[in-house]
Amino acid sequence: MSVIYLLISISILVAIGFFIAFIRAVKTGQYDDDYTPAVRMLFDDELKKTPKIELNTTEEKQL
Amino acid sequence: MDTQNCFHCGLTIVKEEEIIFDDKDFCCAGCKTVYEIFSLNDLTCYYDFEKSPGATPQDIKGKYDFLDNESIVSKLLEFQEDTTAIVSLSIPHIHCSSCIWILENLQRIEEGISTSQVNFPEKKVRITYNSDKVSLQTIVYLLSSIGYEPYISLENYETGKNNVDRSLTYKLGVAFFCFGNIMLLSFPEYFEVKEYWLDQYRGFFRWLIFALSLPSFFYSASGYYVSAYKSIRSKMLNIDIPIALGIIVMFVRSTVDIVFDYGSGFFDSLTGLVFFMLLGKMFQIKTYSFLSFERDFKSYFPIAVTKINSDTSEESVPVYDIEKGDRLLIRNQELIPVDGILISEKAEIDYSFVTGEAIPITKKSGDKVFAGGKQIGKVIEMEVLHSVSQSYLTQLWSNEVFQKKVEQKHKTITDRISRYFTPILLLIAFAGFGYWIFKEVNTAFNVFTAVLIVACPCALALTAPFTMGNVLRILGNKKFYLKNALVIEQLAKVDTIVFDKTGTITTNKKSNITYQGKTLSEVDLGMVKNVLRASNHPLSRMLYGFLPDTQKIKITDFQEITGKGIQASLNGIPILIGSAHFVAVSEKDDIQQTTVHLNIGGVYYGKYIFNNQYRDGLAILFNDLSKQYQIKVLSGDNEGERDTLENLLPKGTELIFNQKPEQKLAFIKSLQEKGNNVMMVGDGLNDAGALAQSNVGISISENVNVFSPACDAILDASVFQQLDYFLKLSKKAMTTIRMSFTLSLLYNVVGLSFAITGNLLPLVAAIIMPLSTVTIVSFVTVMSNFYARSLNVIKKEN
Repeated sequence: MSVIYLLISISILVAIGFFIAFIRAVKTGQYDDDYTPAVRMLFDDELKKTPKIELNTTEEKQL
Repeated sequence: MDTQNCFHCGLTIVKEEEIIFDDKDFCCAGCKTVYEIFSLNDLTCYYDFEKSPGATPQDIKGKYDFLDNESIVSKLLEFQEDTTAIVSLSIPHIHCSSCIWILENLQRIEEGISTSQVNFPEKKVRITYNSDKVSLQTIVYLLSSIGYEPYISLENYETGKNNVDRSLTYKLGVAFFCFGNIMLLSFPEYFEVKEYWLDQYRGFFRWLIFALSLPSFFYSASGYYVSAYKSIRSKMLNIDIPIALGIIVMFVRSTVDIVFDYGSGFFDSLTGLVFFMLLGKMFQIKTYSFLSFERDFKSYFPIAVTKINSDTSEESVPVYDIEKGDRLLIRNQELIPVDGILISEKAEIDYSFVTGEAIPITKKSGDKVFAGGKQIGKVIEMEVLHSVSQSYLTQLWSNEVFQKKVEQKHKTITDRISRYFTPILLLIAFAGFGYWIFKEVNTAFNVFTAVLIVACPCALALTAPFTMGNVLRILGNKKFYLKNALVIEQLAKVDTIVFDKTGTITTNKKSNITYQGKTLSEVDLGMVKNVLRASNHPLSRMLYGFLPDTQKIKITDFQEITGKGIQASLNGIPILIGSAHFVAVSEKDDIQQTTVHLNIGGVYYGKYIFNNQYRDGLAILFNDLSKQYQIKVLSGDNEGERDTLENLLPKGTELIFNQKPEQKLAFIKSLQEKGNNVMMVGDGLNDAGALAQSNVGISISENVNVFSPACDAILDASVFQQLDYFLKLSKKAMTTIRMSFTLSLLYNVVGLSFAITGNLLPLVAAIIMPLSTVTIVSFVTVMSNFYARSLNVIKKEN
């Protein structure tokens, strides 16, 4: 059962990985405004200005 | 009057001024122009998200001239490199999804703008633009032209880069991370099965748990330690001390446990506790931040002033660049930004912002003028004595004028209880320890820890903020904006209500104005309107809105005499507007009406008669209020309305007329001296002093962006009849707090009795603590929501 040392250590490392991702996300200001993205999502895209709007959506996906 | 509403801004359209364009009705040229801009750029989707989302663009000529100055612009920008610039502007009109939509589609109106992003809760928009193609000034003009004028103030100018404080989010993240992982790792320990392998690895698990608890203990809870330390330093015992002590004791006790192998420690409860407390704090902050009421005094100041150079040329300079000895040009309605000496012959300065006195003070050449006053009348020149940071106003603001004296006398409930709570708790803990140490050492430690932990000061610390926060939010949703939680406590204590008449119980909008006298030509009307523009009196404002739009002509020798009228000269023609006596005409039988007489060029023309329109629901409101409160009505007007009011209001309501601003203030003072707790409801303009003097000062506003700093709350004019409901709700809020204190006291008494007698394991105590926190918080939130709803139902039934 000594494998448990290894297993727990790995799981802690993975958890820390997620934690770092959280810190990075907060630093980029993603959580400063949690209301507007919900509204923005419901706007219709219009064909004429596709290139510009696509840029917006890609940005959101990455974050 | 037509009941049609403007397609753009939703306000009622006056039939004579209606404009029809593209099959839609508009109330004025401004709204129609905005619609035109949108339809030309294919942006009519704006109107799809919300009905009448627009605002009439205001006249901003000359207002943004300071944006020509490069140094000011670069201070306002967030980022500037090559041709790209980013600016973050605060736009008070943002209020719905249409606003978000149009502001994020600005690039379709203005080519130089590449993107813009709205931060709705903060009412800000972040615009990225090409500084070669378009200037900040053009962007500001564009925003103003579509009804979204930005609010640029000294605040933005000074701080520059906004350093958002995210430390609470980080602490919360760390706390949750540690809490979750420790809980998982504690699983083996929970299932107290005597397994061989478990004994083998127990050490590993325990030390890992210990390591995980360190970030939470040292970083996340650090706020409490700092606050407790500061409070001890200032020789006071605030609510954070037992919390900090409890956390430290828990940590020490748990560490001792695992080092000497007494048990598994209470790290899971410790981290759980820290997490829940931080969660509570975050909830509070989110509730408060949407209603940011408090304005820094600096935001009242202009950003730039006109300086007169030694070669008599004028230039616009930033306020911070003003030095002693500079000469400044101050125009009508402009603020005096610094202390100085008056050079011009005479000046009329309105210091209502500083002193609450609405009567302008006359200064002559050589007199010292203080910062914060507003110049009334023609332009003046002054010489600077001090630069901005040393100003009189800085000292004043942080001094007494706007710090209510009642604050000192009345401590919040939480402070009062925490003063007794902490010492009593510590006493009990040490007493229990002292008692048991002679019997059994182990139990002694148990008792000490358990007492500190179970006592749960968190319930006390969280009750008031959560209840107040919730009630503030509910009130804000209903358009009653309070300055801070203290106002709720004051509202609950009020027993006398004083109402101002003009502008408060009468509405500026629906006043029926009729003219009697010689016909006025367009030129005459234009002159009258221009003179009225300089006055802030409710009657002037009503008449100004009533007269048709006209060109702006410069007026000279403007004088406003309180209680009498206003006078000015236009193109050499003297114009007098005011009471009959002032205009030098004999008053016949019309003494009992509110009238404004006109005299142009020495010839008496006629008078405007104001039929006061009282606000809807006034009689019902007063009826309901009179059951619980003494009501008084003060008015600067004459006795003309006495009969109407006596019919409208319940018997016994005291009506006092012909009150000047100082008399109103004196009246309130006398009521207070008799021991009454007075709430004053006014329009914030010429009763600023009385508002500041009363225990609670409410200013009624048709437009909530305009207010007087002397008030404690702003009531939107549309919800005036709900005043009774608001007062009841604040009383219920205090009841909720008292109930939850009792509940938490019960918890404490039961828990402590178990702890003292040694029957309570610290583990159980540590579980009960967060449990009681969550119960109290939910109870308080549910109760205040329940009251809000049930009071509303009762009101509707009536």
